[in-house]
Amino acid sequence: MGTDLMIEAVGLQKRYGDTQALAGVDFSVPAGTILGLLGPNGAGKTTAVRILTTLALPDGGRGAVAGIDVVRSPGEVRRHIGVAAQDATLDPLLTGRQNLVLVGELSDMGRAASRARAEELLDQFELTDAADRVLKGYSGGMRRRLDLAASLTTRPPVLFLDEPTTGLDPTSRQRVWQAIRELLEDGVTVLLTTQYLEEADALAHRIVVVDHGRVIADGTPLELKEASRSARLEVTLSTPHPGAVAALAPLVAGAVRVGEDGRRLSAGVDMASGLATAVVRALDAAGVLVDHIEVRQPSLDDVFFSLTGGHIEEEEEEAGFVDGSRHELEGAHA
Amino acid sequence: MTTTALTHTTVGLGRSRSGGRALGALTDIWAMTRRNLVHISREPMQLSDVTLQPVLFTALFVYIFGGAIPIPGGSYKDYLLAGILALNLVTSTMGTAVGLSTDLHEGMIDRFRALPMWRSAVLVGRSVADFMTSCLCALIVALTGLAVGWRADASTASILAGFLVVLFFAYSLAWIAACVGLNSKSPESAASFGFIVLFPLAFVSNAMVPTLHMPGWLQAIANWNPVSAVCAAARHLWGNPNPSAAVSAWPMQHPIEASLIWSVAILVIAASSAAHFFRRRITE
Repeated sequence: MGTDLMIEAVGLQKRYGDTQALAGVDFSVPAGTILGLLGPNGAGKTTAVRILTTLALPDGGRGAVAGIDVVRSPGEVRRHIGVAAQDATLDPLLTGRQNLVLVGELSDMGRAASRARAEELLDQFELTDAADRVLKGYSGGMRRRLDLAASLTTRPPVLFLDEPTTGLDPTSRQRVWQAIRELLEDGVTVLLTTQYLEEADALAHRIVVVDHGRVIADGTPLELKEASRSARLEVTLSTPHPGAVAALAPLVAGAVRVGEDGRRLSAGVDMASGLATAVVRALDAAGVLVDHIEVRQPSLDDVFFSLTGGHIEEEEEEAGFVDGSRHELEGAHA
Repeated sequence: MTTTALTHTTVGLGRSRSGGRALGALTDIWAMTRRNLVHISREPMQLSDVTLQPVLFTALFVYIFGGAIPIPGGSYKDYLLAGILALNLVTSTMGTAVGLSTDLHEGMIDRFRALPMWRSAVLVGRSVADFMTSCLCALIVALTGLAVGWRADASTASILAGFLVVLFFAYSLAWIAACVGLNSKSPESAASFGFIVLFPLAFVSNAMVPTLHMPGWLQAIANWNPVSAVCAAARHLWGNPNPSAAVSAWPMQHPIEASLIWSVAILVIAASSAAHFFRRRITE
C-alpha cells in the first residue's frame, strides 16, 4: 500500500448478547479522504465507529487510527480523533459556548486557548448568536452543528461522524455537508456513517456498504453504480407502433415492457456509450416517431437494492431526495 | 506497516503533556467541577435540599418537638444543631447518586470517554462540586441555628473542627451514593436510595433525640451508627450538650476517633468500589 492509511479496520468483530453486530469487517481510509460507511439501521456502522473511537473493545480483529492501535493505546488514539456521535453528546444544561470550552479544557488545551477556539468555531458554524443560550433551546440542526464544532475543537487529523445529518431538514443537511467539504481542504481524514445514499454519493471518495455486520460492497460511488449495470431505458412514442418492440429488442437486456397506452416502452439496458443514439437510429429505421427518450443511470439506491435485496428503511423521499443522475434527450424525433 | 500522515497534514494541535499527568488530572477535575456547579446554577431548586431544607427542619424540630424533648444538661436547640447538620448533609448525598446516574444515561458520557481526559474526573469532579454544596449547607445550618438561639461554647478552631468532622463524613458517604448512582438503572431509581437508606441512617441515631429512650436493640444499632458518632463528635467539639457521653459503647466514648475511622474506612472502600463500577460501566 503506497498511501498513508489514517483509519484501518481489519477483521473487526463484535457481539452484543445474541447479536453479532460486526462479523469481520475490513476497510481503510487513506489520509485526506472521506470514507462513507453506508448501511441500514443495525448494520453495524455505529459499532465500527465505537470500536475505532476507543468506546468499545472488539471481540476480534484490529483497528488503528493514525497508525495507532485502538486497543493497545486508546489514550493516544483519543489525542488524534474528533467524534460527532449519533446521539446528542453535549451537555443540555450548558450554553453552546460553555460546551465548547469544556471540551477544549478536557482536551488539555488550556482555558485561554479553549475560549479562543470556541469563538472561532461558533463563528465558523454560524452559532455566535446562540452561543450564550442553554443547549436545551437549540433546534436539531443547531445541535448537530455544535456537535460537529465540538468534534473539531482540537483540530484533530481524523474525524468520525456518525450519521451527522440524520433527522435534519434539507437546508441544515446542506450546511453540514458544506462544513464537511471544507474540512477536507484542511487535509482531515473522515469516516462518515450514513443511511442516506445521497449523502455518501455527495461526500465520500469511497463507499463501504455494510449489512448485517458484513461488508457487502466497497468502491467509489461510480464503481458501485457501474457494478450494478442496472440502467433503464424509457421511451415515449408519438403514437403506438407495432414495430417498436422488435426494433428495440436487439439493444436491450431482457424483455421490453409496453405501457397500457401503447406509447411508453421500457427495458433494462447495459450501460454503453452512444446507447441513446443507437436507440433513436433503430426506431427511426423502423419508422417509429419518438417524443421522449431517457437512459437512467442506476442510482445508489438501485445499487443498494441489488446488493442487499431490500431498500434502506428510511424516509429518503420525505427528506426531499431526488433520484440519482439522469441523462435525458428531449424531443428526439425521427 | 502503515505510517501516519501527521506530517503531511496541516492539522493536529500538538497537545503536549508537558504539564504532567497529575496537573492534567487536576485541570480535568476542575473543569468537571465547574460543569456541575453550572448545572446547579441552572436549576437552583435542585439545591433546595441544602438551602431550604435545613431552615425548615431546624424550625420544625426546635419549635414543634423541642419543648417535648428534655435534654440533660442543656437546651434542645443546642443539642439539635449537630443533628440537623448531619441529617441534611447525609440526605443531600442523594444528589450525588442522581447526578451520576443522569450523567451515565445521557450521551455526554461518550463524549467524555472519547476525549484525552482523565476519565475518573467525571466522578471526582462530581464529588468536589457536591462537597462545595455541602459547605454551603453547613453555612446555612449554622446561620439558621444562630437565628433560633443555638450557641457553641468552644474555641473557633474547635467549632470549625466540629463542622469539618461532619463534612468529611458526608464526603465519604457521597462515594457510597456514587456507587449507587453507577449501579442504578435510572436516575429515578437512584433517587429511591435516599428514602430506603439515607433517612433510616440519619434517624436511627442520636441526631434528633438522645438514644436512651429507644428500645434496647435499637439503642445498640443507634449507638454504633456512624451518624451518632459524627453528631456526638460535633456536640463535643462545639461544647453543646452531649448525653451520648454517658453511653458506654466505644464510639460514644470516643466520638471523634470513631467518626474519623468510619469516614476513612467508608471513603477508601466506597471510592475504590466506585472507580471499579465506573470502569465496568463504561467498558463495552
